[in-house]
Parts: sequence; C-alpha cells; structure tokens
Amino acid sequence: MTDQSIDRDKLLDIYTRTTKVNRTDERFRELLMQGKIAVMYYCVRGQEVVSASAMAALNDDDYVVCTYRGQGEQTAKGVPMEAYWAECLGKATGTCKGKGGTMHITHPETGVMVTTGVVGSGLPIANGLAMASQNSGDGKVTIVTFGDGAANIGGFHEAMNMAQLYKLPIVFVCINNRYGEHTAYADHTDSENIASRAEGYGMRSAHVDGTYVEQVYPAIQEAVDRARAGEGPTLVEAMCYRMQGHFFGSDFSYMPPEHIEEMNAEDCMPKLRNYMLEAQFTEAELDAIIADVDGQLDVAVQAALDAPFPDASELRKDVFEEEIAA
Amino acid sequence: MSGTITLTQGLNQAIDEAMAADDTVFCLGEDVAAKQGGGVFKITSGLTEKYGENRIRATPISETAIVGAAVGAALAGHRPICEIMLMNFVGVCMDQIVNHAAKLRFMSGGQTNVPMVLRTTTGVGVGFGGQHSDMLEAWFAHVAGLKIVTASNAADAKGLMRSAIECNDPVIFIENVISYGLTSDDPGKDHRVPLGKAAITREGTDCSIITYGRTVLDALEVAGTLEEEGISVEIVDLRTIAPYDEETVLASVRKTGRAVTLHEAVKPYGTGAEISAKIHEELFNELKAPVQRVGGSFSPVPFVALEQDWIPSKSELADAVRTAVNWKK
Repeated sequence: MTDQSIDRDKLLDIYTRTTKVNRTDERFRELLMQGKIAVMYYCVRGQEVVSASAMAALNDDDYVVCTYRGQGEQTAKGVPMEAYWAECLGKATGTCKGKGGTMHITHPETGVMVTTGVVGSGLPIANGLAMASQNSGDGKVTIVTFGDGAANIGGFHEAMNMAQLYKLPIVFVCINNRYGEHTAYADHTDSENIASRAEGYGMRSAHVDGTYVEQVYPAIQEAVDRARAGEGPTLVEAMCYRMQGHFFGSDFSYMPPEHIEEMNAEDCMPKLRNYMLEAQFTEAELDAIIADVDGQLDVAVQAALDAPFPDASELRKDVFEEEIAA
Repeated sequence: MSGTITLTQGLNQAIDEAMAADDTVFCLGEDVAAKQGGGVFKITSGLTEKYGENRIRATPISETAIVGAAVGAALAGHRPICEIMLMNFVGVCMDQIVNHAAKLRFMSGGQTNVPMVLRTTTGVGVGFGGQHSDMLEAWFAHVAGLKIVTASNAADAKGLMRSAIECNDPVIFIENVISYGLTSDDPGKDHRVPLGKAAITREGTDCSIITYGRTVLDALEVAGTLEEEGISVEIVDLRTIAPYDEETVLASVRKTGRAVTLHEAVKPYGTGAEISAKIHEELFNELKAPVQRVGGSFSPVPFVALEQDWIPSKSELADAVRTAVNWKK
C-alpha cells in the first residue's frame, strides 16, 4: 500500500468523487440550517474518502447496497445530482418519484440497488445480487456498506457465513465511524475490531484507516478484484469518523471532547488534499474540481426546489405491478 | 393429460417446468438439494440432478439470509423460489419480507421489483405443537405489496405455483402439511391458474362459504350434509388470499344473501374479518343475515390431545351456516 499503488487517473477520479460527496453533505447542512429544506438527513462528513474509494473500485454496472447514511456511496457511484436532490426533497422528478426519500435512494442505472433504513438488512440482500451474478456469470461485483453498529445484528452473521459458503462475488465494507447511533463502539462491542470476525467465517479481511486514501482504496480494490476473479468475499473494515450527530440536527454532546479533538485532527478531507498536492496535482486543478461540483449542485438543488410534488394517485402505483383501482 | 397427480407432484412439476423454461428461476432453502434428499417434504426432489447446485441451493439455517438473498436476486431480475421450511419461522425473517420484499417496488418508484416466491408450509393436525403449525396469512395480508396464495387441491397447486413464479411481485405461497397427498386429475404441462381469481368450488343458492386451502374440503363435506337438510351452499375458494377476488366474493354473496367465512387461522383479526367487513360495507341492504365467521381457537396451537378441539370443526361450520340461514331480522 504505497503511494505508487494508485495511478494518477484513479487518484483524480477518487478526488472528484470525494468532492461530490463532501460538497453534497456541506450543501445539505447549509440548506437545512437556513431552513430552506426540512427533511431527514444522515450526515456523512468524515466518511467521504471511504465511500468514494469503494465506489471508485467498482465498474459502472457493478452493484451497491447501502444504508440511510448512504449519500456518499450514492453520489460517488454516480446517481445524477438532479434526480438525487429531487428525491431527497420528495419531488416527482426524483429517482424514486419522491416516494422513497433520503433513506431509500435507488438508481439501478448506476447500480444503486437498495438503500435500506434498517441497520444490517442490506447484507443479506447484497448476497442475493451477488448470487444472481454468480448464477448468470455476468461478472458483476456487489459492494455492501454498513456501519460498526450493523455488525451486531443477526443478519450480518447470517450473510457473512452464506457469502463465504458460496464464495459469492461480494465485498462487505464496514464503515466503522465509531458510533452506532448514540452509542460509542466500546459500549456496544468488546472485540477490538469488526474485521477479525471474518476469520470465524473463514473469510478474508482487511482493517484499514479509512481517513487515508492510500490505505482504503487499495484494500477495497484488491477485494473487488478477488471477488470478480471468483475468489470469494472479503470483509474490509475502514476506520473513520462520523463528524456530526446521528442525523442532522441531533444532539451529539455524548461524544467526549477528546473524541471530537481526535476526529478533527484526523479529518479525511485535508489529508486527501495534501496527498493530492504531494502527488503533484496543483491547488488550481483541485479548486477547479470543487468549483465544478458546486456549480452542478447549484443547478441540481434549484431544479429540485422548483420541481413538482408527486400526485396522490402515486399511492396506488408501484404497490404491485398493476395499479390499484381508485 | 392422463392419470392423477398429488399436490406434492403438482408443486414439483410447476417448479421443474418453470426452471426448464427460464434460466433465472432458482430455488434456495434449508435441505432443498439432492444431498439433503430434495427437501423435507420432497418438493424439490429430482431438480438438483437436472439443474445443478447453483439453481437448487441448499442453505444454512439462516432465514434472514435466505429471504434476503431471494430479495437481492429478484432485484437483479432473477426469479428465486425460497423456502422457509415452516411458516412460524417467518418470525425470524420478517424484516426482509415486510420491509424489503414488500416495499422495494414502491420505495424505488417502480425502478426495481421483487419477483420472488416464498414457499412455506404449516398446518394444524399433525401434532407439531405451538411453533410449527400456525396459519399466519393475516400477518402478511396487512402489508401492502405482498400477494398471498394457497391451494386446496393438487391441480390448483401446480397452476398457482407456476403463476406465482411468473408474477413480477413477491408471492407468499402457503402449503399445508396434511394436504400434500391430495390428488387431482393431471392438469398437464404448463398448467397455470391466474393469481387474484377465486374459484366457485360448489354452486348453491342459500349461503356462501368463503374459504381457502385445506378447509375447502371441510366446506365441501359440510355442504353435502346441509344439502340433506335442504340448505344449498355455495363455496368460494379464494386461492389468492390477498389481494383477494372481491368481485367473485361479492357476486356470490349478492346471489345467496348470506355468507360464512372459514379459515384455519385464529378467528380474531383474521382474513375472515376483513372479508366480512367488506361484504357488510358493499351489500348491507341485500344481506339476509350478518356474516358469520369460523376460525381457529384464539390460543397457541396445542399438542396432539387438544388439536381437534382447537381446529375449526365441521359441526361449528355447519352451525354457522344454519345460524345464517335461520336468521330472523
């Protein structure tokens, strides 16, 4: 895992994806603070590099299953910004016609197959996507993301065992942000880390510092390549921080001052910026990427604000294939 | 088309024919493959040899992983048939069924759908006791996005299973342990029974019995007894429990003016309550008597000695019909 392990094109790709995630998060919080929008939002500040690296390790048509705190994966995988924002604002032009919302962003065209609002429920479903790929030989890999809190629910264990049993083409990415809702890692889990659980299922694992792109990207890329080659699943645990409360606006005074000090010192964003500069990208090049993303966000947010809400008749549609009679 | 088939054969043939016709159809569940004998009730017997272990996947005892995998594969455009060996075990995987299988089409705005079948068996009368016998269809009928199907005979089992596999939405297919040996005339290859269509199993003029699954046979026997008393009973076999065929049910009750709902599941909050309410809402002025309900006793299913006291009896059913027919306004 040296500097040379990520080529410049890939690095620029990861930086661009990371910027999208970070600026989308910033924009969300800004609009919520200003009272311009009022929806549930689960902040991803502090996790950007993990999400961007994971999605950069996939092909465009590979699958991802994520959680309510999935903005990073959704944005980094390429869900179009306009449809993303429209969905988050509950508009008819959203990815899900305004019927799913922030916790259920779905966009099969970019491989975002499920965003679940239930902790730990994505893993068993991701296995099924991978099983379909294994049966049909379509060569796709599935990544499922989840937090440290999800490692303590039954579905995690059932899914890990089943994935390894069948050698499914899947990568389990545990975004360990050190909090399960309001409960600190040490208060919900006594084992030193989550990655070590893989051994109990006979599965390969990696435990990396997710605030460093040079650690997290190569680990996930290797796992994806192995999965695609038919060598089975990997559990990658990427350590990072949740730099806000459980959801936007929620209290996080339960985080001790020393934890907050540590997470501010270990912020993945300045680390990535420095890494890019060391890799001979210029300030101007990087600023241009940020400006471009901000411009796209301006357009997408305005379009979403201007878009119509869905019609009440939508309640009778998509329950089943056939519309329910009025 | 000659000879007869058992209900077990009907299900096996429907799955076999669907797998032969469509490479995306596959089965997964505990003990379903050849190594384990083709399933506890032999429904998938002989299929591993034909389609291989990827398409007849024997799983660990992991119901959440089983249903979750079916949901995921269905999202990818496959048609999984997952087996939850006994219906009570849905208690350990309800999240995947209720929060995911049922809702993903709606929550995705129709971008994805979940064309899976969840096969499960249950039933009172074989001495399985409190955790292997419940009919839990009402749990699922209360959730938008699920179709619930059960068959009262072997031919319907074959035809309904094929339609369930081809349905683009999740179907809960309920089998009854003591019905597996029922025989029908062989309905032939590629037999299909449409979902959402009830059958008039017996025509009559005085009272409609609305039921499904195993209790259709009870209703037929009781109808024979009552005929000797001069009471003409019509039997509606729902076949699809939810969403059920309102048109056929209401047409039958409009004709007879009286109705009794019958199911093995416990009576309170059962599907019979919903159907009864609907009949009252739509046909109040035409009813000659209030709709009567017959169902299982409101207690956990007991062990063998008390099973027949628990189960809705034929005499109870006959009395319910007599009450409706003799009702004085």
